[in-house]
Amino acid sequence: MSALLEFLKTYMWPLIFAVVIVAVLPLLAGYVVLMERKIMADMQARLGPMRVGPHGLLQPIADALKLLIKEDIIPENADKVVFWFAPVISVTAAMLAYSALAIGPFFQIAELNIGLLFIVAVSSMGIFGIILGGWASNSHYSLLGALRSTAQMISYETAAGLALVGGVLLAGSLSTREIVQAQHGGTWYVFVAPIGFFLYLVASIAETNRAPFDLPEAESELVAGYMTEYSGFRWAVYFLAEYANMIVVASIATTLFLGGWLRPFQGTPWMDFLDFFPPLCFLAVAGYCFYRTPKQPEPIQSMVMALFGGLCLLLAAAMALPFVPAFAASKPGLHGAFWFLLKVSLYIYSFMWIRFTFPRFRFDQLMKLGWYFMIPLSIVNVLGLGVYRVLRQLQWSRWPAFVLTTGGTLLVAIWLVWNAQKKAAAPSSVGDMTEAEG
Amino acid sequence: MVPIGNYLFLSLALFIIGVIGVLTRRNVIVILMSIELILNAVNINLVAFSRHWANVDGQIFTLFIITDAAAEAAVGLGIIIAFFKNRETVLADEMDLLKW
Amino acid sequence: MTPAQISQYAFYFFAALAVVGAIGTVTVRNVVHSAIFLITSLLATAGIFLTLGAQFVFAVQIVLYVGGIMVLFIFVIMLVNLDVALHQMQFKRRWWVAGLLALALGGQFGAVIYYSRAGGVLEIPAARTGALSPQNVQQFGLALFEKYALPFEIASVLLLVALIGAVVMTKKRV
Repeated sequence: MSALLEFLKTYMWPLIFAVVIVAVLPLLAGYVVLMERKIMADMQARLGPMRVGPHGLLQPIADALKLLIKEDIIPENADKVVFWFAPVISVTAAMLAYSALAIGPFFQIAELNIGLLFIVAVSSMGIFGIILGGWASNSHYSLLGALRSTAQMISYETAAGLALVGGVLLAGSLSTREIVQAQHGGTWYVFVAPIGFFLYLVASIAETNRAPFDLPEAESELVAGYMTEYSGFRWAVYFLAEYANMIVVASIATTLFLGGWLRPFQGTPWMDFLDFFPPLCFLAVAGYCFYRTPKQPEPIQSMVMALFGGLCLLLAAAMALPFVPAFAASKPGLHGAFWFLLKVSLYIYSFMWIRFTFPRFRFDQLMKLGWYFMIPLSIVNVLGLGVYRVLRQLQWSRWPAFVLTTGGTLLVAIWLVWNAQKKAAAPSSVGDMTEAEG
Repeated sequence: MVPIGNYLFLSLALFIIGVIGVLTRRNVIVILMSIELILNAVNINLVAFSRHWANVDGQIFTLFIITDAAAEAAVGLGIIIAFFKNRETVLADEMDLLKW
Repeated sequence: MTPAQISQYAFYFFAALAVVGAIGTVTVRNVVHSAIFLITSLLATAGIFLTLGAQFVFAVQIVLYVGGIMVLFIFVIMLVNLDVALHQMQFKRRWWVAGLLALALGGQFGAVIYYSRAGGVLEIPAARTGALSPQNVQQFGLALFEKYALPFEIASVLLLVALIGAVVMTKKRV
């Protein structure tokens, strides 16, 4: 008993953080879905969900309840154990990645020596949930979706990994905390390695199976891909895994390229007024909520709106806490979490923007893009960043080194595109990759 | 600290199971997977000795073995696919084109 | 519980998992199940690397073995249609000969390991002075790119050869 108590005492904070993440992540994923529907509606000049709660604010909870009480269908001749287990693998892999991510300097479950590598490793296991789920459903659509997904993930994981190597090269460490601290005072790596960031953006969209790379679940071709036979709560678990994965890749990109929890313009004294941004931001949202409260059509909706406004006020108060001298020590933790989540939201927003803008790729186009453009360019990018680091060590100033290396990488990129277009213009045989589908 | 003998016994168990798999199964894919088990057992030995002698060299050999396993899997699976296209089988005892 | 105790329990847990996974790999009839058991075994082995303080090898094991090689295996299993194989004989005809041979080999190795225990005839010499640094990645990288730079390059050539070999092998006309 005492041993258990001692164990709990030693690992109290990591355990609390773990419980918080497991509890909050599904809720967060639900609200990302709502955000996506609202943004999609906005871009298509619609209103989106408006009925459940004011402006559809309670829609995720209603959806979750609906999915929970749906009938649980397992197809005949399905491999029942694997069918049951596959969504769990997906969601576990997505959640495990958070054990090494640092959301602010204090909010981190475990500081690992191999941090980023660990995250990449565990999130690469999510693919098994997809393949095994597609196989276990005993359906052609599912199997084809799973095969496509496998090929796509293997191809783009390489590019994503190499893009990350570029950032790690600049930071000189794999630990998430040290990577962020290396960007402190200097510039964020997105300004040093813009091409690396671009590569990671594209590869991470492909890795999370989102449009325009959502071939594994292309509804016009494969019904719903590997999820065709899934319904009810199991389907919800897959959905949760997909959105949790999105948050993971956004967090990785934030950590590595966007300065993690650091405030923008940390080194510039006259920009320090940005410290007031977190509480004011929440205050503004709360004000808008209270402004809209009397205009709701139903009294219950007004009530929920007022409640939401109150929540925002509470958050604003929490963000203002560091300005009280007695609690000044809480500033990095609270504001760090705010900036981190803000950057993650912006990254996810760019995902959605891309989804609503581009049409879906064809499978052979996807493979060509992956193997003929992304992977060569990411290798050149690693080389360029290595040269950048050496030049900086040779006391070059930032701009010449940056222009030389990024310009060189850009030239290679242009050459690759030009080459591909020349090839596309010439009549050629059908690529071998299309064959892998059958 | 777990004594190194325990690691060696674990590795031995995995190795023998792998050998039994290679020798008795008919499906070539399972045979390849059993070979992965054997390589894995070797890896455990290397890392265990690396800690025992406080020397990182063993871990580096593990990296080489994993590289080798990747190469072997790529070529092996390529052969299996090519063979399956020609003969519609993946059973080891039906791969007897060189016998007469 | 101290960290040392935790890693001790972790070892026995992972060891049991690895052996169960390995037995499943060679005995189960369905090849996909076999692959799932192998993945379990490989992940358990990764856990054992962690108890040995080899964090980098742990990550490489998961990224390359589980996330790369095993995905390839499952991909191929799904490409070649194995429904027929499910109803065919699982083991070779004289499997018991092979089993006995393997067990004899295991007995020999087991005896050697048994005599190598502390105080045994073939005792493994104790650790030299010095310890592995907790900065495993740094130590690993330095050793890999200084002492083992040439083998590293040769390994990359090996991978290139394998890549070309695999492509040539799966071309339409061999």
